Amino acid sequence: MSETLVEHDVLERVLGEALGRGGEFAEVFAEDRTTASAMLDQRRIEELSSGRDRGAGIRVVVGETTGFAHTADLSERGLLAAAQAAAAVAREGRGGVREIALDALRDYPTHATILPGDVDKARKIELLRYADDVARSEGLSITQVQVALGDSTRRFVVANSEGVFASDHQVRTRFNISCVASGDAGMQTGYRPIAGTSGFEILTMQAVEEAARGAAKQAITKLDARPAPSGDLPVVLAGGSGGILFHEACGHGLEADAVLKNASVYAGKVGEQVASPLVTLVDDGTVTGEWGYLAIDDEGRPGARNVLIENGVLTDYMWDYLRARKEGRGSSGNGRRQSYQHLPMVRMTNTYLLAGESDADEIVAQTPRGVYVAQLGGGSVNTATGDFVFGMTSAFLIEDGKITAPLRDCNLIGNGPEILQRVDAVAKDFSMMPGTCGKDGQSVPVGTGQATMRLSSVTIGGTAP
Amino acid sequence: MARAERILESAKGAEEVEVFLSSGVDTEVQAYQGEIENLSSATSSGIGIRVLRDSAAGAQVGTAWAGSLDEEAIADALREARDNARFATEDEFMAFARPDGVEGASLQLTDESVLTTPIDEKIAMAIELERMVRSSDPRIRQVDSANYSDYVAEAVIMSTTGIRASYTRSGAFVSVEAIATDGQSDQTGWGLSAGRAPSDLDLHEAATDAISRATRMLGAVKPASMKCSAVFDPRSAATLLSIIGGALSGEAVVYGRSFFANRIGEDVASSLFTLIDDPTDPRHFAASVFDGEGLACRRNVLIEKGQLKAFVYDTVSARRAGTSSTGSAVRGGIAGSPSAGCRALQLEPGDFDQAEIFRRVGNGIFVESLTGVHSGVNAISGDFSVGVTGLMIRDGQLAEPVREITVASTLQRMLLDVLYVGNDVEWLPGSAAGQSIAIEGIAVSGS
Repeated sequence: MSETLVEHDVLERVLGEALGRGGEFAEVFAEDRTTASAMLDQRRIEELSSGRDRGAGIRVVVGETTGFAHTADLSERGLLAAAQAAAAVAREGRGGVREIALDALRDYPTHATILPGDVDKARKIELLRYADDVARSEGLSITQVQVALGDSTRRFVVANSEGVFASDHQVRTRFNISCVASGDAGMQTGYRPIAGTSGFEILTMQAVEEAARGAAKQAITKLDARPAPSGDLPVVLAGGSGGILFHEACGHGLEADAVLKNASVYAGKVGEQVASPLVTLVDDGTVTGEWGYLAIDDEGRPGARNVLIENGVLTDYMWDYLRARKEGRGSSGNGRRQSYQHLPMVRMTNTYLLAGESDADEIVAQTPRGVYVAQLGGGSVNTATGDFVFGMTSAFLIEDGKITAPLRDCNLIGNGPEILQRVDAVAKDFSMMPGTCGKDGQSVPVGTGQATMRLSSVTIGGTAP
Repeated sequence: MARAERILESAKGAEEVEVFLSSGVDTEVQAYQGEIENLSSATSSGIGIRVLRDSAAGAQVGTAWAGSLDEEAIADALREARDNARFATEDEFMAFARPDGVEGASLQLTDESVLTTPIDEKIAMAIELERMVRSSDPRIRQVDSANYSDYVAEAVIMSTTGIRASYTRSGAFVSVEAIATDGQSDQTGWGLSAGRAPSDLDLHEAATDAISRATRMLGAVKPASMKCSAVFDPRSAATLLSIIGGALSGEAVVYGRSFFANRIGEDVASSLFTLIDDPTDPRHFAASVFDGEGLACRRNVLIEKGQLKAFVYDTVSARRAGTSSTGSAVRGGIAGSPSAGCRALQLEPGDFDQAEIFRRVGNGIFVESLTGVHSGVNAISGDFSVGVTGLMIRDGQLAEPVREITVASTLQRMLLDVLYVGNDVEWLPGSAAGQSIAIEGIAVSGS
């Protein structure tokens, strides 16, 4: 591979062509991504898969309109054709090619130490088998184990008509373990992920062993689960388990695309108390190694730590280039896209609630009756109303200040602005979880985090009275 | 085709090769405030290659894919697939599909007008849709986006085991999300119209759907927790059917990951419930001549009058179960391997329209949208708990809107508790058509 995916001079000519019909802003995003995955199921290595995707997306902005085209052809001819297609939205057809001068390249290396290409396939399989053995050793009730290992190497270069010229090398590694335990009352599932914007070095034997045991134990514990309650109860979220709540309950509503269309319940509320004073919420692309880490976003802007809510007061939204341009301000480094085939939009990176002062055990002890959530699954939100749901994949009853019976899977439901006011205790034991965030059909890796905390009341969507 | 033939010719010794080529042309328009917000056009193509090594101990398969069709990318993919195969566990049931003599249905699933309709007409549809929603009702305060999109897709599946399948399909869609306000709070509603060509689209229908869904939710309250009957509208019923379809996958069954396993012949649902997967029915958007392994799609009756009759299989899950493929391999594009799944589910229509079902149910809840389906439904255990918005049904009529509640049960229970199946079938994009379904004994969690 040459210095960048597309040469400096070619990028300048393509950007010039893209603005040839009168656009105000043009951008080329060229990407080369290789991925590999290996999967174990039913004790068999079922499949290894490798893939490669290369191409470029070109956008041209004219007034409020964006034209976009993408191509898998990275030759100058292919890029020029895509530039013309993207420029078709500029209907004045002013003609002529604009001169573009790019800045010097800003090139960001990966922090990964063991690159995916340097890992033997046999070594990956050894790890899958190890996880399978560990999970099954937890008990005969473990009847199924699925283990998946995936890695991706994403190199991209982004250049725009304002001179931005930057490239990044992102390496991500992910290992998932799912177990099924079978008992008299049916089957239950357990799940643990390990994921980082890192190389193979995160998959130590110890990390894999812990995850495998955790997934198996979760499934076995749930065999005795009783139906979750139905109705409003206090909820204690274990450290790391509930960051998704903030991602859904307010993160999406703080994305400037929703805000500028007045399609967010948080629009127009900067400076207002929108949450309990215990809530300080940060979106932070700079947490090296975390799943949502990025050196630069997909518009070439360096990742940043942005405080969104400070002691309950809304301080700012998250911004990408287009939305920031409308408001005459800078991007916050939140312009992301799934691939070169997608337009960038405002997306979260690692979103977390800062730790507090309380002791995690005391928070539980001071809850006479409630639900303790050890792990949440996915969730979703309607940004216009603030209503959200998220699933509990490992939860327990709290009775007389003690964690007691395990509960069957169910959803929690609430309203973002209301739930933010109900945070009444935050502990010191902070940790993070990896996740995949979907928005308008695009998926990107994100991190979420929080310390053990309590919500004074949440609606539990179970079936028990 | 010629390119695929060349790859097949390069198979070595006791090796089988399967090639999946896909290409497409896509257009997408988003309108906002009377202007084009985004206009995207793209052509894409890619290839997925699977290599199978056979030995006395069983077969091993390796996979690789590339998002372009240049010679170097294809050569790399073939080499990687071959290398990946070495690491798979030998499996006596692993095999590629072989022609089984079933003829593909004669279906016209492509309308060339997707390609010949001028882009200006497509743009005009998105802008007009937005205008219709904005100007219709003073309570509509915002249209988040109004979209037009279409595609023509082509796929070829060929293998050294004799598979030669190719098909094209087209689709055109408009969708719109409206935000309504009563001054106190906001509600949203989403409308859609879908077809195989731009001329199939009904802007009025999409607009009306979005407006009525948003405005009739205004003033929604959170009701007290209760147990009652629920009537699912066609869209949310289609979601339910897709989930149930997942548990009818032969793969889930042979791996013991379905609550339907070992229950063939049992009454698993109300006698009103007859569920068919029929990709040969051209009314279904997901209709297809061939499955993901290049075998002819066919009509499979899965549950008949409540009795569990059959599962859907691809080649490998069928071999594990000691049966043959039902032509039900599904495949997530070039990067995905085939697996068994339902493609075009439909529930046999019942006797009543929606209004009659409301009358018969008397009191309960009408479910207009489901949220948290991916987090709240466990297709292995059958646990079901999802967020809903909708309206109460009182004395057989729609009453006040409700929000911020969940409905919960188990899938097993819900199937047995079906009270009525509607005759109001809507052919929706996705793997299931939908119609109104009433189910009793649902736990509603509110305040």
